[in-house]
Amino acid sequence: MADFKSNVRSHTVGTTAVVYASDYLNKLTGERIERECKKQLDSGARALVIDFSDTELVNSIGISILLGIIDIAEKSGALVVFSDVNNETVQLFEMLGLTRHVVLAKDEEEALTTLSSSSKAMGH
Amino acid sequence: MESNTQKLIHSFGALADLGQEVADTGDFMEMVRTSLHLLLGTLAIRRGAIIECPTHHLPEDKSTNLLAVWGVGDDYQPQFDVEDADREVFLNAPDGALDILGLVQSPTSNLQHEVSTGSGSDRVEETSRTTPESSPIFFHRYATDLQQQGIELIVPMVVRGELTGLVLLGGKASGDAFTADDLEVIKSMVRHIGVGIHTHRLLGEVKQQVVENRRLYEDLRAIYRDTVRAFAAAIDIKDKYTQGHSERVGKYSEIIARELGFGEEEIEGMAIAGYLHDVGKLVVERDIINAPYRIDAKQSSELNRHPVAGFEILSPIHHPYADIPLMAKYHHERMDGRGYPDGLTDEQIPLGAKIVTLADSFDAMTTNRPYKTRRTFDEVIIDLRLNTGSQFDPVVVVAFCRALMKELNGEIKERRFAKMLGKNYLEASKDIPLLTQLLAELDPNTKTVAAGG
Ligand SMILES: [Fe+2]
Repeated sequence: MADFKSNVRSHTVGTTAVVYASDYLNKLTGERIERECKKQLDSGARALVIDFSDTELVNSIGISILLGIIDIAEKSGALVVFSDVNNETVQLFEMLGLTRHVVLAKDEEEALTTLSSSSKAMGH
Repeated sequence: MESNTQKLIHSFGALADLGQEVADTGDFMEMVRTSLHLLLGTLAIRRGAIIECPTHHLPEDKSTNLLAVWGVGDDYQPQFDVEDADREVFLNAPDGALDILGLVQSPTSNLQHEVSTGSGSDRVEETSRTTPESSPIFFHRYATDLQQQGIELIVPMVVRGELTGLVLLGGKASGDAFTADDLEVIKSMVRHIGVGIHTHRLLGEVKQQVVENRRLYEDLRAIYRDTVRAFAAAIDIKDKYTQGHSERVGKYSEIIARELGFGEEEIEGMAIAGYLHDVGKLVVERDIINAPYRIDAKQSSELNRHPVAGFEILSPIHHPYADIPLMAKYHHERMDGRGYPDGLTDEQIPLGAKIVTLADSFDAMTTNRPYKTRRTFDEVIIDLRLNTGSQFDPVVVVAFCRALMKELNGEIKERRFAKMLGKNYLEASKDIPLLTQLLAELDPNTKTVAAGG
């Protein structure tokens, strides 16, 4: 469901929330993305897909915001998948250790497939 | 791309952004929040907080102020008391950072050894070597709590030898320990943030100082104005026939100054000059001032001392407005040089004094004196026509007539003149043509018209 109030684009597929990082991520406005994720988790989402299809690059602020998202997801036992991340950004995530905490997926579809198979595997 | 190079580029980008962020004088809290994100994101540190320490010159205020926090959940709002001993610890932190884990796990360290081997009898030596172990108040109180929140590192923010704040940092997302290079990056960024906070604090102090000074200045001005009023009342009491004269001259001077486009400060100054113009009369014989007849030459010279006497009274006083003593001194000077005390001519006479001169004369003409009743408005106009250019400055007379006109034609609603002259003195239908005529004669813009008349 799109939430126009926070300007953060998101929707849910089952118990998975898909949130679009876009360019908000790299500024203080990125905190809204974290809020949106928290809202989704509080209202029952079991997994988060952060989609980077509109995100050209991720700066330090973006990294910090993403770590906040990983943090709240881990606290509520939810899985995090990053989808459609470009090569440079993947390298950055690897270098900084973010990839230890998330699963990478080619695109949103693959992310959802990964999540549904992993939840089946986990007996959900 | 090689990982180290990429790391460098990432750090440089963050440093550049941080520099810009700190220099930006916009929203302070946003600046600090953004700085925290930049710091955390540079090394992918999972959580952190920026805390402001109270300034050292307020010893009673020990508690810190949370400026920004990230990654520790909504309900953790770190707040501490920083004792003087803690301050020492932070200021002397080895390598500019304190490792909480190390402190919690090994409460005695090799630093203890350093103190015991130092000259223990020398107190100065001892304080300069204060270590977390010799004054562990802060760590006793908070280390366990901080550790539970995932904080691993405390980086003191030191600007110009003062503890500005503390940066609390969690571990890295990679799970690796902080390297020496990491610490350099952290310290450099923390210094930047510290300068930003310090600058903001200084600006705040300056702003507050300005507000306080302004208030003090206003208070002083109020006292000054009250004193001036008291003076004016004293002058007018001495001169029983001209009660309220000083106050009216003050008001007329104010009106003229406003019409001439003076600034608010100058207008106020002109009102004060009007109030005080005759202050010298306080030292002139009461009998002469109150003589119910025209005074003789000797008495006249005694009375004519009052502008200089006024100048002498007013000069030692520090006035918040310019030239008040001079306006008192020269309010009986004339354009043609036949005035007193110095016989100045036109340009030698300050404009302020010229304003007071007209205000003074107008009030003298329009109030009853011991030896004559007041003049009608027609007669006043005749006097002005006759004496403008010789006694009065045309610029001042024009401004005065314009202000009067504005009240008569209703352009200005406030009855400033009527209040002083009495209800029936002015009569618009009769007086407007008189003023129009005089203005046409005097106003430089309509001089060609006046030339014929
Ligand atoms: Fe006078």
